[in-house]
Amino acid sequence: MRLIINKIFLGLSIFSALIGLAFLAWILTTLFIKGLSSFHFGLFLNDLIDGGLRNLIVGQMILAGLASIIGIPLGMAAGIYIQEYGRGKYADVIRDLSDIMMSAPSIVIGAFVYAVVVVPTGGTSGFAGAIALAIMMIPVVINTTDNMLSLVPRELREAGIALGASKYKVIIDIVIKAAKVGIMTGILLAFARIIGETAPLLFTSETSNYFSLDLTESFPSLTVSIYDLANEPEESSRDLAWAASFILTVLVLIINLSGRFITRNKK
Amino acid sequence: MEKIFQKLALSSASLVFVLLVGIFITLYSAAKPAIDEFGFDFITNPDWNKEVPIEISSSTAVTPSTNMSDKASSEVKDASIEDEDDMMLDDEDDDMMLDDEDDDVTTKTIYGGLVPIVGTLLTTLIALVFALPIAMGIAVFLAEIAPKNISNVVGIAIELLAAIPSIIFGMWGLYYFAPIIADMFGGYQVSLLTAGLVLGVMILPFMAAITRDSMNTTPAVLKESAYALGATKFEVIKDIIFPYSKVGIIGSIILALGRALGETMAVAFLIGSIFVLPQKITDPTISIPVAMANNFGEASGLGESALFYLALILFIISFAVISIAKFYFLKKAK
Repeated sequence: MRLIINKIFLGLSIFSALIGLAFLAWILTTLFIKGLSSFHFGLFLNDLIDGGLRNLIVGQMILAGLASIIGIPLGMAAGIYIQEYGRGKYADVIRDLSDIMMSAPSIVIGAFVYAVVVVPTGGTSGFAGAIALAIMMIPVVINTTDNMLSLVPRELREAGIALGASKYKVIIDIVIKAAKVGIMTGILLAFARIIGETAPLLFTSETSNYFSLDLTESFPSLTVSIYDLANEPEESSRDLAWAASFILTVLVLIINLSGRFITRNKK
Repeated sequence: MEKIFQKLALSSASLVFVLLVGIFITLYSAAKPAIDEFGFDFITNPDWNKEVPIEISSSTAVTPSTNMSDKASSEVKDASIEDEDDMMLDDEDDDMMLDDEDDDVTTKTIYGGLVPIVGTLLTTLIALVFALPIAMGIAVFLAEIAPKNISNVVGIAIELLAAIPSIIFGMWGLYYFAPIIADMFGGYQVSLLTAGLVLGVMILPFMAAITRDSMNTTPAVLKESAYALGATKFEVIKDIIFPYSKVGIIGSIILALGRALGETMAVAFLIGSIFVLPQKITDPTISIPVAMANNFGEASGLGESALFYLALILFIISFAVISIAKFYFLKKAK
């Protein structure tokens, strides 16, 4: 009897793993079939107004890139503070708050940026979108930096100090160097996460049908346009949305996998 | 130099605190007009954007038109209807415009948050009920059953599922998953049920990954001694691993719940986006994030403020849920 229960249980467990994999396979095959059937290289050459995706892909990259430029230094500095300088309660409180912020609903962050950036500046803009994404990114970078620095052995720091290096020199030249790979991986994963975000951009950057590098105006966003296109009644718009989703997913998975690959190689 | 570096690090860390407090204050002040207007009744009121007759005329019905200011509040509505009729007889071309003006005088728009709040909680509940057993199964498979190399490969695949942008889940759900569900259970393709199930598929990998990590913290010594006593794998999992990692598992379930509460895009495609309380599980309705995503652009004044009120409620709920998970369960697990 015990053995039978055991068999049933193991069977159920394997079965649920198969369900999980089946969903992954189902979503990916749908994306490949629908995406590839409407995919052609002209999509990279034309803007949305001419039925292409060039402006959207470039726009999304710029938004995520700018968010990284804002978010990575701030997140890393905060992570360094928590791990290296912070003593006692304050650092712990910041760490907990950062964890909470990491799970805050992204649409709420969009609404926040709408109230503090979009309304005062008089309209949606690329800057507002990048700020919203940066706020999404900061807690993830803090978390990674914090975790990775905590893995660096104390002896390394002590050796640096013993050689007469000042604390910030030790942090920059020794501790960060030692934790470089881990932090890089974390940042890549954070980048992969924000590049696929839609909700924070809906009312901060919105999207645009035209090619634009002007960050003070509504800015082209791939994800927001996918949402718009997918809700349109015409078959052609939806096909374009599938092609865009395909490109987005491939991009996200490549960034994600390369992040994992870096860590694996170092190990 | 040392000082500057330390100051920079400290101020970046404080930024997190400033941001969180800033989000709370901003949401509150933007929601203030709606909070003043509707108070806590907002939470129990199912009407969104509904025009109701004004009960108190003194402050709201300040218009220079005809003989309204002299009348008592209860007569305002009747008076304006007479007015309207007169106007219609006089000049039909202006009717539409005048109609609008009269609406401003005799009615006000009220907003209640009950429908999106219920929608959010129910989709999250459905997602949890669906995802929980499968996620536990996957976690057990990854942590205990599969040989190491298979576990690694499947583990990465599951984590990739977690990396897929939520908007993709929404599109896939609407065009491929929902029709099948609607065939099976009847009802609409956009409904609480389909939205909840797609949400469940979305939080599945997240939940499985953290649960696996909690299970992996069980000391090998404990497991080995149980096996040595002749326990089956099921008994080891039930009597050793689950009790040991229980707190961590509950914490991860709550974290997944927090994520489901705030999810916008996957739900936006599937919930139907109408402000109607669902009677059955297969009815369409709306959730807080979707209400914000779809109505923020057109909203202004009190409507926008009511959306901020919803955002504040969502923020507080998810803040509470995540805090419970972090402070109570996950701290204990360490």
